[in-house]
Amino acid sequence: MSSILLVLVAMPFVVAIACYFLPTRIAKVITIASGSIAFVLSLILLPSAASHSQIVVGSLLRVDALSMVFLVATTFLYGTTAIFASGYLSLSDNDTGKRYGRRFYAGLNLFCWSMTAAPLVNGLALLWIAVEITTVISALLVAIDDTDEATEASWKYVLIASLGLGIALFGTIIMYYAGTAVFGPSYELSFTTLLTGATNFPPDIVRLSFVLAVLGYGTKMGLAPVHTWLPDAHSEAPTPISALLSGALLAISFYAILRYFQIAIRSLGPTFPREVLLIFGLASLALASLYLLAQRDIKRLLAYSSVEHMGILAIGMSFAAPIAIFGVLLHVLAHAAAKGTAFFGAGSVVRKFATKDLHKIRGGVDLLPWSGPMFLAAILALSAMPPFGIFRSEFLIVSGGLKDPQDTAAVLLVILVTIAFFGLSWFGTQTMLSPRDSLQIQHPTGGPTLVKGEVSIYIVVSMAIGLAALVVLGVHPPAVLTRLLTHAAGELGSPS
Amino acid sequence: MTSVPSTYSGVADVAAVLILLSEFAMLRAPLLRSQIRLYAFQSIVVTTLAIVIASTRDINELYLLALFSFGLKVVLVPSLVLRLLRKAELELGGGSALGVPNMILLAIGVSAIGFFSIGSLRVHSTVLPTTALSISAAVVLVAFLPIIFRSDVVSQAIGFFSLENGVSLASLVVAAKLPLVVEVAFLFDLLLAVVVFGLIMRLHHGRTGSLSTQELDRLKG
Repeated sequence: MSSILLVLVAMPFVVAIACYFLPTRIAKVITIASGSIAFVLSLILLPSAASHSQIVVGSLLRVDALSMVFLVATTFLYGTTAIFASGYLSLSDNDTGKRYGRRFYAGLNLFCWSMTAAPLVNGLALLWIAVEITTVISALLVAIDDTDEATEASWKYVLIASLGLGIALFGTIIMYYAGTAVFGPSYELSFTTLLTGATNFPPDIVRLSFVLAVLGYGTKMGLAPVHTWLPDAHSEAPTPISALLSGALLAISFYAILRYFQIAIRSLGPTFPREVLLIFGLASLALASLYLLAQRDIKRLLAYSSVEHMGILAIGMSFAAPIAIFGVLLHVLAHAAAKGTAFFGAGSVVRKFATKDLHKIRGGVDLLPWSGPMFLAAILALSAMPPFGIFRSEFLIVSGGLKDPQDTAAVLLVILVTIAFFGLSWFGTQTMLSPRDSLQIQHPTGGPTLVKGEVSIYIVVSMAIGLAALVVLGVHPPAVLTRLLTHAAGELGSPS
Repeated sequence: MTSVPSTYSGVADVAAVLILLSEFAMLRAPLLRSQIRLYAFQSIVVTTLAIVIASTRDINELYLLALFSFGLKVVLVPSLVLRLLRKAELELGGGSALGVPNMILLAIGVSAIGFFSIGSLRVHSTVLPTTALSISAAVVLVAFLPIIFRSDVVSQAIGFFSLENGVSLASLVVAAKLPLVVEVAFLFDLLLAVVVFGLIMRLHHGRTGSLSTQELDRLKG
C-alpha cells in the first residue's frame, strides 16, 4: 500500500516533466494514462482507508478516510480532464501551437500532482505548502492563453489567493504555537500529533488559528466575501483547467479547513467551529444564488455555482447530525463529478458556438447531439435533481440540518438552493432547449454557419464517465464508498 | 514583580518594531525603488533576528534558514523587481485610492486591532516573546493596505512580500523550532511565488505597456 502512495505522489510529477519535452500527441496519451492510473490506484487504496486504518509512509505521507475522499475526487477529475483536454484543445502544427501544447500538458500534470499530494501529506505545514504550490501552478495556467482578460484574471487570482494563503500560514504558525503548550517548543506538526494533544491546547489560541485558517483557505475555496478571484479565474482559464479549479482545487482547500476543524472541535467543542463555518457558508450561498440569476457568461455561471456548492459544504459542516457530515463528504465527490462534466459540456458549447455569451447560445441540444443533452443533465445534476449524486448529498445535508433543534439554517439552505436552482436551470434550458430557426444557424460572432455534430468524441467520453459516476453516487453508492464516507464523517464528528 | 526581559525577547521586540515601522514607511514611499529598499531592509531585520535566535537558543538550523532568507529576500527578490522596473522605465508607483495621511491613520487603526487582538489572548509564555507576536499580527494587517489601495502591480506585490515578512517574524518568535525541512519549504514556496508574481507582472507589462492596475476592469459581475 505504501508503494502505491509513493507512485501517486511521484507519477504525475514525472509525467509533467516528460510532457514538457515530448511531442504533444504523446503528451496527450501519457497524461490520460497517468490520470487513469492515479484514479485506479486511489480506488485500490480505498478499501484500506474505509476499514478504519491509516496508511503512513515515513513522516511525510499519510492517508486516512478523510483524505481518501478528497484523493478520489481529485484523481477522478485528473483522469476525466485528461480525456477531455485531448479533445478540447485544437492546436496548430506551428511552433506556437507546439509550445502551447508542451506548456499546457506539463502544467496540467503539475497542477494535478500538487492537488494529489495535498491530501496525502501528513501535517498542517506540509498541507499549506502543497496548497501554495497548487496556487502558483494554477495561476500560470490561468494566464496561459495570454489574452488581456486571462492576464487580468491571473493577476487577481495570484494576488488574492496568495494573501489568503499568507493568512492561512499565519494560522498554521498560531496552531503550532498552541501546540507548544502541550508538546514544548519543538514538535512535528503531523495530524496524529495534533489530534492527540488538541484537547489540551489553549482554546483562545486555537480559536484564532481556526478563524485565520477558515479565512485563509476559504479564500482559495471561494467562500464569500473572499471569493472575488474565482469567477474571473474560472471563466478565463482554458476549460480543462476551469474544471480542475472548480471540482478539485476548491475541494482541496475545503479539506485543509476540515483538518483545522478536526483540531478545533477537540479543543473548543463543536459550537464555535460550526458557527464560523455557518456564517461563511450562508454568505457564500446567498451571494452565489443571487449572482446565478444574472449571468451572461456560461463559465462564470458555473463559477458562481461553485461558490454556491462551497457554501453548501460549509453550511453542512455546521450541522451536528452525522448524516449531514456524511452528506457533505458525498457532496465533495458528487460536486467534483458534476462540475467537471458541466465544464466539459461548457467547453464543447464554447468551441461549437465560439462564444461564452449565454444570450447568443441557443439550440445546443440540436447542434450537439451528445454533449448538448449531457451538458443539460450536468446542469440539472448541479441543481440537485434526482437521480444524480448531488440530489442525494443535499438531501442528506438538509435532513441532518432539520434534526437540529434550531433548524433555521436548514430552512435558509433550502430557500437559497431553490433560488440557485432557478438561475442554473433557466440558463441551462434556455441555451440547450430553446428553438432555433433552422439546422443551419449563423455563427453568433458572424463566422461560418454552424453545423450539427460533436466537437470531439473525447469530450463526449469524458462527459459520459462523469454522468455515470453521478448516477452511481445518486442511485446506489457502492458499499465500500459508504463505509469510507461513514468512517470519514466519524473522524470529523465530536470526539466521544 | 516583572521579570527582566531576556536578550532573545528584547531583540525580538526591537526587530518586530523595526519591521512595523518600515511597513509604515512603505505606505508613504511614492517611489517604487524606495518601497523595494524598505522591503530589503525589512528582510535584513528578519534575517538578523533569525541569527540572534539561532545563537541565543542554540538552534543551529536557523543559521541555514537565515542564509536562505538573506539570499532570497534581501538579494534575489529586490534585484528581480528592480530589473522589472528598469525594463518598464518606471520610477513612480501608480495612484492610490487613499491619500498618505489617511492611509497612515488607517494603518495605525489596523495595527492597533492586530496588536490588541493577539494581546487579548492573554498568553503568558516564559520562553516566547508574546509582544513580538502581537506586533507581527499588526505587520500582517498593515501589509494589506498597499495591496488594497495602491494601483500598480509592483506596490501590490511588495505588499504581499512584506506580509510574508510579518508571518516570518511570527514564525521566528513562536515557532523557531519548527523542523528545518518545513521552514526551508516555506522559503522555497516563497521563491516559487516570487517567480510567478514576476512572470505575471511581466505578462501584464507586455500586454498593457504599464504596471498600473487601473485597466484591470474588464472582468466584472
